[in-house]
Amino acid sequence: MPIKVLVAKPGLDGHDRGAKIVARALRDAGMEVVYTGLHQTPEMIVNAAIQEDVDVVGVSILSGAHMTIFPKIMTMLSDREVDDIAVVGGGVIQEDDIPKLKAIGVREIFNAEASTQDLIDGIERIVAETGRASTRSAQALADGTRVPDPAR
Amino acid sequence: MIGHRVHRDLARAISAVENGITDYRGALAQFAAFGGPPRGSRRADVIGITGPPGAGKSTLVDRLIEGFRADDATVAVIAVDPSSPFTHGAVLGDRVRMQRHAGDPGVFIRSMASRSAGGGLAPATRDAVRLADEAGFDIVIVETVGVGQVELEIVAVADVIVVVTVPALGDGVQAIKAGLTEIADIFVVNMADRPGANASAVDLKHMVREGKRDIPVLQTIAQDGTGVSELLEVLNAKRNGEDTNAVRAVRFEVVRRARDEAVRRALATLDTPDAAAVLDRLRDHELTRNDAIDALALMLGGPAHAH
Repeated sequence: MPIKVLVAKPGLDGHDRGAKIVARALRDAGMEVVYTGLHQTPEMIVNAAIQEDVDVVGVSILSGAHMTIFPKIMTMLSDREVDDIAVVGGGVIQEDDIPKLKAIGVREIFNAEASTQDLIDGIERIVAETGRASTRSAQALADGTRVPDPAR
Repeated sequence: MIGHRVHRDLARAISAVENGITDYRGALAQFAAFGGPPRGSRRADVIGITGPPGAGKSTLVDRLIEGFRADDATVAVIAVDPSSPFTHGAVLGDRVRMQRHAGDPGVFIRSMASRSAGGGLAPATRDAVRLADEAGFDIVIVETVGVGQVELEIVAVADVIVVVTVPALGDGVQAIKAGLTEIADIFVVNMADRPGANASAVDLKHMVREGKRDIPVLQTIAQDGTGVSELLEVLNAKRNGEDTNAVRAVRFEVVRRARDEAVRRALATLDTPDAAAVLDRLRDHELTRNDAIDALALMLGGPAHAH
């Protein structure tokens, strides 16, 4: 089954050529890529990631707002108890900030020098490490466990 | 109450079914979102949106979400985009037009790649719709891939089918005449500010008049919302009216299941030693092809056809 990726473009930065190239490269590598369009808030990105049940969220930031946006996304995911969706970033991100982003749970940063093949390899590696959400569902089913707490 | 927890469970249940991890019933049993009180006869209304690529289906869906939310109805959207037959990859872009609803807990949007299916939907779309229904949504909107003439699977899934076309296509009306006509409950000529919109609408109205069913023909400009309130009115009337599509949908699904079952049985029969013996005799020129077909058809329990 194909790896599913959300490609998101947060904030006011209106340059999505890179995000579209990435979407296409991942498609050509056999992945199913959901593209959100421009000007996304962290909440919209997190909601889309949950509804689409993606394996990986790729966030493209060229505006310099990465130290604001990534923490918001990571906090929101953990508030919703989502721990099986990997977050990666790309765009223009200073070397100094990369360890800080990794410390809050961002799995990988693909800077401007990264090729699309680096990106494909990186995502495949991360999914191999994390395992697929659907695989865990199968395990839960085999164990007879149920996802608790219906809020309906 | 639809909330974030329901979104999460529904999303994971759809993935489990989509990836063949479990079937529909297994998904219902596994996720807490489906553990609420039985919904009884109160089911979601399922609206199908179909039409050629680029006709504005996603933008129209965005407007419909807006309209239904204004009435406090909760909405789930299943939007299907094509998979590449070469790499199996897909770019799912329907969401772009609907993203402004992504912060609304009353709206759930799920993109699906069509994968191996050729009927305008994905193999798991039908189950995804049933799961969204069980999760408690009032309305489920299914957007097909951009279709030509023969992708009619939506019939088995939707209660009401909206066929969207655009004036600029010209030949689009021809395509509709040949293919989608029989399944449309509502025709929408979108991008109605473009030249030729009235002519397209008139063409469709003439065609409707020649047919047996009364099918409304509406004009919209989804981009700015023009004509959408009229479409909502017609849709709401259909939702509250008699279930005219139920018979058609059930017939379609029963025939499909019967066909799938017949194919399965035929293939199993062809694998038996008896069938192999017949095929050996065919190879050795002891039987003609028609004789072999008759012999094998008899094994299936059906009457052999005269040739």
